[in-house]
Amino acid sequence: MNGLELAAVRIALHGRPLLGPLDVRVRPGTTVTVMGPSGCGKSTLLAFIAGTLEPAFTAAGAVRIDGDDVLALPPERRHVGILFQDDLLFPHLSVGDNLAFALPRTLAGRAQRRAAVAQALAEADLAGFEGRDPATLSGGQRARVALMRTLLAAPRVLLLDEPFNRLDAALREDFRRFVFDHARERSLPVLLVTHDAADAAAAAGPLIEL
Amino acid sequence: MSVPRRAAALAWLALVAVLGAGAAHAQEGNWNSIAAKARGQTVNFNAWAGDEKTNAFIAWVGSEVAQRYGVTVNHVKLKDTAEAVTRVVAEKAAGRDRGGTVDLVWINGANFVTLKEQGLLFGPFAARLPNYRYVDTTSVRSNVVDFTLPVDGMEAPWRRAQIVFVYDAKRVTAPPRSVPALLAWAQRHPGRTTHPAVRNFLGATFLKQALYELAPDPAMLQRPATDANFAAVTAPLWTWYDALRPSLWRRGEQFPENGPAQRQLMNDGEIDLMVSFNPAEAAVAQAAGQLPDTARTTVFDRGTIGNTSFVAIPYNAANKEGAMVVADFLLEPATQAHAQDLRQMGNFTVLDLARLSPSDRKRFDDLPRHPALPTNAELGVALLEPHPSWMTRIAAEWERRYTR
Amino acid sequence: MSESGGALRALPAVTVLLFLLPVAAGVAGTLLPAFGYLPAIGGHALSLEPWRRLIAYPGFATSLGTTLFTGVAATLVAVVLAAGFCAVAHGRLARTAGAWMAPVLATPHAAIALGVAFLVAPSGWIARALSPWLTGWTLPPDFATVGHRSGLALVLALVLKEVPYLVLMIAGALHQVPAAAQLNVARSLGYGRTEAWLKVVLPQVYPQIRLPVYAVLAFSLSVVDVALILGPGNPPTLAVLAMRWFADADIRFYFPAAAAACLMLLIVITAIATWRGVEAGVARLGRRWIARGTRRGVASLAAAAATALAVAGGAASVLAIAGMLLWSFATQWRFPAALPDGWTFATWARQSGSLAATTATTLMLALAATVIALALAAGCLENEARTRRRAGTRSLWLLYLPLLVPQIAFLFGAQVLLIRTAQDGTFAATLWAHLVFVVPYVFLSLADPWRAVDPRYARTAASLGASPWRVFLRVKLPLLRGPLLVAAAVGFAVSVGQYLATLFAGNGRVATLTTDAVALAAGADRRVIGVYAVLQALLPLAVYLAAVLLPRRRLAQRTSAVGRA
Repeated sequence: MNGLELAAVRIALHGRPLLGPLDVRVRPGTTVTVMGPSGCGKSTLLAFIAGTLEPAFTAAGAVRIDGDDVLALPPERRHVGILFQDDLLFPHLSVGDNLAFALPRTLAGRAQRRAAVAQALAEADLAGFEGRDPATLSGGQRARVALMRTLLAAPRVLLLDEPFNRLDAALREDFRRFVFDHARERSLPVLLVTHDAADAAAAAGPLIEL
Repeated sequence: MSVPRRAAALAWLALVAVLGAGAAHAQEGNWNSIAAKARGQTVNFNAWAGDEKTNAFIAWVGSEVAQRYGVTVNHVKLKDTAEAVTRVVAEKAAGRDRGGTVDLVWINGANFVTLKEQGLLFGPFAARLPNYRYVDTTSVRSNVVDFTLPVDGMEAPWRRAQIVFVYDAKRVTAPPRSVPALLAWAQRHPGRTTHPAVRNFLGATFLKQALYELAPDPAMLQRPATDANFAAVTAPLWTWYDALRPSLWRRGEQFPENGPAQRQLMNDGEIDLMVSFNPAEAAVAQAAGQLPDTARTTVFDRGTIGNTSFVAIPYNAANKEGAMVVADFLLEPATQAHAQDLRQMGNFTVLDLARLSPSDRKRFDDLPRHPALPTNAELGVALLEPHPSWMTRIAAEWERRYTR
Repeated sequence: MSESGGALRALPAVTVLLFLLPVAAGVAGTLLPAFGYLPAIGGHALSLEPWRRLIAYPGFATSLGTTLFTGVAATLVAVVLAAGFCAVAHGRLARTAGAWMAPVLATPHAAIALGVAFLVAPSGWIARALSPWLTGWTLPPDFATVGHRSGLALVLALVLKEVPYLVLMIAGALHQVPAAAQLNVARSLGYGRTEAWLKVVLPQVYPQIRLPVYAVLAFSLSVVDVALILGPGNPPTLAVLAMRWFADADIRFYFPAAAAACLMLLIVITAIATWRGVEAGVARLGRRWIARGTRRGVASLAAAAATALAVAGGAASVLAIAGMLLWSFATQWRFPAALPDGWTFATWARQSGSLAATTATTLMLALAATVIALALAAGCLENEARTRRRAGTRSLWLLYLPLLVPQIAFLFGAQVLLIRTAQDGTFAATLWAHLVFVVPYVFLSLADPWRAVDPRYARTAASLGASPWRVFLRVKLPLLRGPLLVAAAVGFAVSVGQYLATLFAGNGRVATLTTDAVALAAGADRRVIGVYAVLQALLPLAVYLAAVLLPRRRLAQRTSAVGRA
């Protein structure tokens, strides 16, 4: 079965049930939106899938990506890409180095890696930005670099944790299209968490209310 | 200055001198007034604190003196007597001529020379101590001559020391009884003997002891060392030492800091033979568990170096009277017997037993005996300490040769 | 603003004057004799003679080499181990390690050194435990560990103390970095946790711990008490050589001693500058390493090895103190017995007389220094909060200055100053000397928690009508109870562990457990050394335990108020 599959997922905080049971299927190239008020556990769900759940939470259920059970794997082996509200670009690395950070080890050789980074920047309309300090970029530019970084790691799933929140209305529209275009291009199953109805509408996929 | 003015100045000086002398005379005859002034004073007794037994003895002195004379003794613990010398010098440098922080200092040798020659001592005061009359000033020359420098009453004796060699009888069947024999023994048992760092007085004395036997003319040692004679006199010493060094503990690269550190090595089983300044060391240490029960004492056939430890009062001491009271108490026969007691320090006394009353002499006769404690006869000849210049030069030369 | 506001505003200036000016004066007081000028003992003209004597001294080159090697090696190893440990430790391991680190942090350097001396000596505990069944030794072997020419024993003891300190500094710096979130991102990109920490968190954390690392470097290069106990003797490190000369009976040694002390200062400055330069090179290489994209490589293995070593080091520290504890209750303990032959209270009883006064002095100094330092630090921080002016990097360097200047370089000059003003040997002078080092540590320990307090609490209280003083007493202080206690424990430990400061300012009249312990180290009965070492370790440890355990119940509720961790 391709794509992301959640089966009977239940999450509890200090023993008290937080969300679930949840069954979700996200086909490749499509986006499933999860909406709900603050504190209902949307981000926790994403953390569970990515493998970075805080110890205070207990979770049950199954998570499968392209048929593989990922719960047995540590976070670094799940190939789950995640995009947050904050771009979280590493401040001590340049834009180019941030992107190179995501390149798989198998792509060897400085020239090849540099070329891959340059191509990703070109796709994001930021050609020539390799040497720039992330702090000198605008919010919209940083968001694009963050997405390209996530995509360069060749994830099998893309999780979006309210990534458009920080952007103003005009940028939001552009960035949304940017994200969904790339995801569709790569046939990635996308799980979007948001409280904004416009995001859900742009996602144009199944909607789950918590 | 014009002649009349100069005459007037001289007259003033003479008047002051006469008055001063008269005052001194009055004070001299009155030990009681000194003791009365001492009451309530706190004496900063600067003494090397590296030996627990001595620290305990000083503490005992403090409690006795507090009880009897109302004088409090504060044992200022030194790593090295030179620390106190530095302090007095620094105070003089800063212009502090009264109220100094050092009241009484346990001292001898080069340190005494420094203070005496720089005029940093109070005195002469030794003869003013009532108990000084018991001191052996005839047969124990080191009581009046400190490293060839006449004491002149600027310091008061309180304990005697003599170089002996302590060995573990379980492992050493025939201890060496001469300097060449020591070398032979070390070469047969490499790594089983050592000596303290030559900066330390015991380490330097080890070398001086060797020099006494190896020097072509030992009488030279009583005169100052000069550039002219030093090399010639010490040549045999360095030849001997160069042969000895590879057989020393840690191949002569590392040395224990001082006597007690060396003793700890023997207690740990790292060495079997060591030099000591205290003839009672083996006996006292065994009782305290600081040496194995099989430790014994020996000396060299041709005699070993002996010296006296003194206490001196710096010129700027804040509590001179209290210091004098303590110095006098140290010379009391009961105190000296207590010090010679194996269970305390085991130091041989500076007093002349013949000058004591029968009851006081009995205190010494009643002292406990021990197989590791040599008798006076066994101690043999006490060689006089060489001129201090030999020690400083030997130490410097040793550093030059062996510190790389 | 009320009068208290005015007084408060003066506090930072007062603090600086009180501590930094005398440090400067002390350096000047050591600099002049280094060039031959000290009229009181016959030095009337400036000359290079002291420097010539210093360089011509037999073994000078070796001494210099040993100093450089031990100082740099100890710092390098400590940084690597601390970073490796932090990269690997998380969750329960971090918490357990943190709990065990406090005792080691609280123990003075001298006590650890005394314990290590017994642990690693050829006739020491490790050898005894393994003999004769494993090694076949019935007598101690004749090779050097303690006092070895290379100074490795010295490096070991320094590393044992510095690793927990640096780990603590890194932990504090982590608050400034969104470490958790960034680690999650890096992990989602395929990096193992350790690798991610080293590539993402460490580069951001290092600038925050730069000053503590420099302080460690300065200390390791110029330490005296640990070098006296464990370092080579023939020749010793430069700082010990300077100490020996300062205390020499021949006063003409003052001048080369001052020259050596100045050389020490020069060495520290050069070392820090060189380290700073190397940092840039390492950063360049690091960026290239990061760009290569290794998900789980040699670095992770190295970090794991570093963690193992750090944990082993922790165990060694505990064993070192345990050995001293055993010795203090032992009757006899000969090689190759693994444990003492018998037990007794006699040593403690015999020492209690002399210990009572020394312990009292140590306690009083530490308590006074801690209270004053807390008041000064709290005052400065409160002033900063009220004037809303954030102290910059420059003031941080000023604060660190006493920790970066080698103690021996300014304490001699300070002593001369004290003698001139007839203040040497007093409790007050020793207290001041301690404060010079306690205040920076207390301030640094208190600064981050203090600044992290949500300012809205103060604003709310003010809007409810409370005066600034009332806000301070009834809102801020209770909120910061935990950090205040920890800062107090830190200050207490720093004061108990002072050696040179007590020696110089106290001029022999003020004796603390540390000065007496070092005086006894060379040769006193190991049972007595054990008693001193144990007491030295016990006092700060007791305060640390109190600081950690007391607020534990309330701390959990307070955490949210003091800012997100």
